[in-house]
Amino acid sequence: MAYSNKVIDHYENPRNVGAFDKDDVGVATGMVGAPACGDVMKLQIKVNEQGIIEDAKFKTYGCGSAIASSSLVTEWVKGKSLAQAEQIKNTDIAQELALPPVKIHCSILAEDAIKAAIADYKQKHGG
Amino acid sequence: MKLPIYLDYAATTPVDPRVAEKMMQYLTMDGEFGNPASRSHRFGWQAEEAVEIARSQIAELVNADPREIVFTSGATESNNLAIKGAADFYHKKGKHLITVKTEHKATLDTMRQLEREGYEVTYLEPHTDGLITIEMLAAAIRPDTTVISVMFVNNEIGVVQDIAAIGELCRSKGIIFHVDAAQAAGKVDIDLQALKVDLMSFSAHKAYGPKGIGALFVRRKPRIRLEAQMHGGGHERGMRSGTLPTHQIVAMGEAFRIAKLEMHDEIKRISALRDKLVNGVKDIEQVFLNGHPTKRVPHITNISFNYVEGESLIMALKDIAVSSGSACTSASLEPSYVLRALGMSDELAHSSIRFSIGRFTTEEQVDHTIKIVHQAIEKLRAMSPLWDMYKDGIDLNTVAWVAH
Repeated sequence: MAYSNKVIDHYENPRNVGAFDKDDVGVATGMVGAPACGDVMKLQIKVNEQGIIEDAKFKTYGCGSAIASSSLVTEWVKGKSLAQAEQIKNTDIAQELALPPVKIHCSILAEDAIKAAIADYKQKHGG
Repeated sequence: MKLPIYLDYAATTPVDPRVAEKMMQYLTMDGEFGNPASRSHRFGWQAEEAVEIARSQIAELVNADPREIVFTSGATESNNLAIKGAADFYHKKGKHLITVKTEHKATLDTMRQLEREGYEVTYLEPHTDGLITIEMLAAAIRPDTTVISVMFVNNEIGVVQDIAAIGELCRSKGIIFHVDAAQAAGKVDIDLQALKVDLMSFSAHKAYGPKGIGALFVRRKPRIRLEAQMHGGGHERGMRSGTLPTHQIVAMGEAFRIAKLEMHDEIKRISALRDKLVNGVKDIEQVFLNGHPTKRVPHITNISFNYVEGESLIMALKDIAVSSGSACTSASLEPSYVLRALGMSDELAHSSIRFSIGRFTTEEQVDHTIKIVHQAIEKLRAMSPLWDMYKDGIDLNTVAWVAH
């Protein structure tokens, strides 16, 4: 399959791979997908007292598009408020990376990962 | 070293230069371009002679009579002709067929078509090592079973079925036995005088011949009859009409002649390379060799790298041409049905790679492959949340995943 240069760049030089201490007060974790489907994304965000996402890290088990999609969203969420981050749409991710139709689910998963991380933050901080 | 390194010989092999040289002599005005069916002039006679020599060369590799070799366009067509042809011809005797879940799609899809036409098919589930047993097969046989089809060497995992024993059982029950030997010719000894096989499919391009040509062995004693699936000028004793492609047939003959001559040395050399490859990666944690450990050909090695996804692994191995146990690289996102039939989990099937070694593989290429595999696994596991969970002692089967 021919991937776009952007996918290949994110795959070969993934941004923000890693993990935060999940017990850290500002850290929230979203894990989505399933091994049986071939994709699992773990996205972590570090939110400061002003409610801004200061930093983000990911780990992904999945195809090149899944890795690229998660790498991209770690870049996109940084500096955004939770409300702004929640606005990131899978179509934006798919468009930015020029994902082929069979890989659209990777961008949906990345959007779900953001939403899951934000939900985790809200739950940790009393909604 | 030239990159990428080709380690996908089970998908297709390059044409041996000796074969290509021979093939070129049967195309142009200066060569033997005639129609082998032309009876009225030299051009036809000489083309026919070349075809008959090739037919003998193919028969010799598998110890058959040249009159038992029918040319087709490849193993897919041979499987279609064998299974549909025999099922059709003997349909009054019964309409039950048996095959195995790990067969090539050319067999499985042919069986599906026959089901639509009113036949019943039993699909045997092999053991986790990829092999079926005589007991399994015996239990599936019914009074109305007419055809059993089992492949010699599995194309994804390389295991070798016990064709001799299956043949004995089929013959004792009067059931026609078809064997898809596309991955076996030139890789294992095949003696059709000894094996009780009635129909056997061959392909040229898996054995350093060109694509687009294959053959079907159709036993004469006892005589096996087939309903033709391709009608026309009555070529190949009416079993497969269509002008014989002399250049391809000559090339297949040459490829099989070379295979007979060199296969034993080649098997030794390829076994040594396979051992090197397996020894080079087996110390990586959570790595599994798929299929029976010894009942296998050395050419095909299928390895699962747990907690690493197959397609991203293939991307990381971009300098090595291998194929994935996961069909993610094709249109569907399903993991390999062959690995699933062995009872393997979807995720492990997704994490599997087939390395297939061949005539032109060098030791240097294998060394480089080992190095690249180590780097790729390290990189992808560092990125894998599943690897972290495994390292933390979390059983992934206990996690409530949200399937998507």
